[in-house]
Amino acid sequence: MTNYNGACLCGKISARDVNLYYGNFQALKNITLEVPQCAITAIIGPSGCGKSSFLRLFNRMNDIINGTRVTGDIKLDGQSIYDKSVDVVDLRKRVGMVFQKPNPFSMSVYDNIAFGPRQHGKHNKRELTEIVESSLRQAALWDEIKDKLEQSALALSGGQQQRLCIARVLAVEPEIILMDEPCSALDPIATLKIEDLMRNLAKDYTIVIVTHNMQQAARVSDMTAFFMMEEDRSGSLVEFGATNHIFTTPKDRRTEDYITGRFG
Amino acid sequence: MSRYLTDKLARYTVFTSATVSFLILLAIAIFIFKDGLPAFKEIGFIDFIFGTVWRPGQEQYGILTMIVGSTVVTIWSLLLAIPLGIACAILLAEVAPFKVRQVLRPAVELLVGIPSVVYGLVGLVLLVPAIREIGGNGFSVLAASIVLMAMVLPTIISITEDSIRAVPTSYKEGALALGATHWQTIRQVLLPTARSGIVASIVLGMGRAVGETMAMIMVIGNSIVFPKSILDPARTLTGNIAVEISYATGIHESALFATGIVLFVFIVLLNGIAVITLKRGNLGQNVA
Amino acid sequence: MAKMSPKTTQRIAMIGIWGGGFITVAILLVVIGYVLIQGIPGLSLDFLLTPPQGGLSGEGGISTVIVSTFYLVGVTLVVLVPVGLGAAIYLAEYASNNRLTRLIRYAIETLAGVPSIIFGLFGFVLFVTVLHFNFSILSGALTLVCLLLPTMIRTCEEAIKSVPCSHREAALALGTTRWQMIYRVVLPTAIPGIITAVILCVGRAIEETACLYVTLGGSAAMPSSLLSGGRTLSLHVFYLAMETRAFDKAMATGAVLIITIIIINTLTNLLSQRFQKKMKGSL
Repeated sequence: MTNYNGACLCGKISARDVNLYYGNFQALKNITLEVPQCAITAIIGPSGCGKSSFLRLFNRMNDIINGTRVTGDIKLDGQSIYDKSVDVVDLRKRVGMVFQKPNPFSMSVYDNIAFGPRQHGKHNKRELTEIVESSLRQAALWDEIKDKLEQSALALSGGQQQRLCIARVLAVEPEIILMDEPCSALDPIATLKIEDLMRNLAKDYTIVIVTHNMQQAARVSDMTAFFMMEEDRSGSLVEFGATNHIFTTPKDRRTEDYITGRFG
Repeated sequence: MSRYLTDKLARYTVFTSATVSFLILLAIAIFIFKDGLPAFKEIGFIDFIFGTVWRPGQEQYGILTMIVGSTVVTIWSLLLAIPLGIACAILLAEVAPFKVRQVLRPAVELLVGIPSVVYGLVGLVLLVPAIREIGGNGFSVLAASIVLMAMVLPTIISITEDSIRAVPTSYKEGALALGATHWQTIRQVLLPTARSGIVASIVLGMGRAVGETMAMIMVIGNSIVFPKSILDPARTLTGNIAVEISYATGIHESALFATGIVLFVFIVLLNGIAVITLKRGNLGQNVA
Repeated sequence: MAKMSPKTTQRIAMIGIWGGGFITVAILLVVIGYVLIQGIPGLSLDFLLTPPQGGLSGEGGISTVIVSTFYLVGVTLVVLVPVGLGAAIYLAEYASNNRLTRLIRYAIETLAGVPSIIFGLFGFVLFVTVLHFNFSILSGALTLVCLLLPTMIRTCEEAIKSVPCSHREAALALGTTRWQMIYRVVLPTAIPGIITAVILCVGRAIEETACLYVTLGGSAAMPSSLLSGGRTLSLHVFYLAMETRAFDKAMATGAVLIITIIIINTLTNLLSQRFQKKMKGSL
């Protein structure tokens, strides 16, 4: 992919003046933010304000829903991802996603993780096994599962399944990992494990996480974006900055109200 | 990239497969109408449907005897199957304890799976001689009705059972809480609410009955006469087609196709009614 | 007549309801029981391995009939499965709610209700006469395909639709094309349901008579090619009952039929249950 030679954006992935419509309903209004590389960016805000919809713009998962329309610009490494020449399938390899509810395939652990690489042309058994092991190690799941690789993924616990899904994404070697409330279906211990995992992964990957849990955002992220729903039910970006600034000295009154629990 | 080619190719292939079903329906309609229309033209619609004599050798093609044959057998089989079917459905849906249901359900499913020739065979070997004791030579409308009843029964049972189950529990609880007995609840609340499903099951059963061929041939006697009592033999529209098609030529063959048209139209109408009845029933419940 | 108390009415009603159940089971037992009792004594390896003599005698066994049945069902499946599965995939994964889709669904619903003899007429005209396949396994098989297509499509579509959406999302998010997602995730997960559909169609093919009566011909000989005539087990029962006095052979053949159907039913139920469990396993 050629690099864009205009005004350089330092974000790994960035949105500028983005509006999202589902049919006639405007779900997101004028969002502008830049996600820095190799860091964790959290998106917080009350329910229904479009956080997940925004996240799904980055890997064009909204395309599956009929009637969505996006205006504005979203760039990955300086190149617009909604351009007609962009290969969506390739985009999704570079921008991976972990969903709220763990969704492993009805296959063995091995086949789940090997699925992505197989789709992208890797068939050599030894290469695949290496990828499976390395992904499971990065996802902090290898020790628990190394002798259960042929077992069905559905037999794992919720927390293990979610780490499996993370390993599955890692196996395709993405640059960015999007996480849509990855811990909301998990118990506190599993949640902490995943938070540790996120911090480790951030050394090599750019992570964007949507979360309901403010404390989690404060614990884990480097940058935080606070979204809110306007009167016309569209979501907008209220404030975006370094996490410790947002949580100690927020600039916007609404951010302060949300963080101190006055609403939300 | 080749995977996009595969993607596109796959899409076109499955689309073609899907249109095949539509093409088949079209083809059936075309061929049957094409081969049947000459009969209507030559014989005349009224003479064909209402003619009382079917004697291909003498160029006489009236199917009224067979319409009557099919109708009588269908009505009798339904008269037998409906009370039996509804009773059994109530048993399955409301009354039977779990263990009984575990035996009864598979039994009903098995009834569906038995080939029509087996029903015909048992009818031939058991029913026909038994009826002969009562009167006639055994090959009769009665035998056919009993056999047909057994074949239509599972349809009525399963659809009625589903309809009864679909009634919201709140209706039932409301009635019981007012002090109604179980039977009163069933009779005055569940059955009326499930009425559209029950009607649909009867209509579908009727469609099955009218369409049945081989078992009928085996026990009904195949005489081209008006059955004056249930002990008399008769012939069904379907039986007529099956028995004569292999050697019919010319107008005779066309007349058989015309019979097919009559059957086809009648059953498509019946099924349409069943579907509409079911849909309207569902709508009614959603509103409530 | 004195007014009956609700309790009495209920008791009478319950007798009627239980009576209905008993009669239904009794019918089943009589039909199956009689055929099995009369037929099983006639079953022997000899019976299964000798060909029937055909014609009016009714002597002999059912070897050619068994072969014909297998042959017919095999050819039918070869055409039915790809076309039916393909159509089901289209309806479940690709079709949008436009007029063409509604037309296709309407066609499937309508075809499902058309009686077997009409398919027989159709097959007789198109395959036997116009296309000159004559009374043959090929004609019979193609007719069966038309008859069974709605069942195959419906059952496969249900199987495909019950694969949870989350599987599809996960696959797409990992970077697959739509067809890759279907071929490598949705279909493998739906396989037990699809196999159930196939077995269901096999069962129905074996018990079919009317449409085959007018397209297969009644030959009792061993089929040597696609264009040979033949008889299925069901048809053989019919011919024995109507053209010969060999009721014992008819019963025996009927017994074979019933045993086959029971096995197929049980298989379908088992597979169905396994499929449910597999789906439930995913949260």
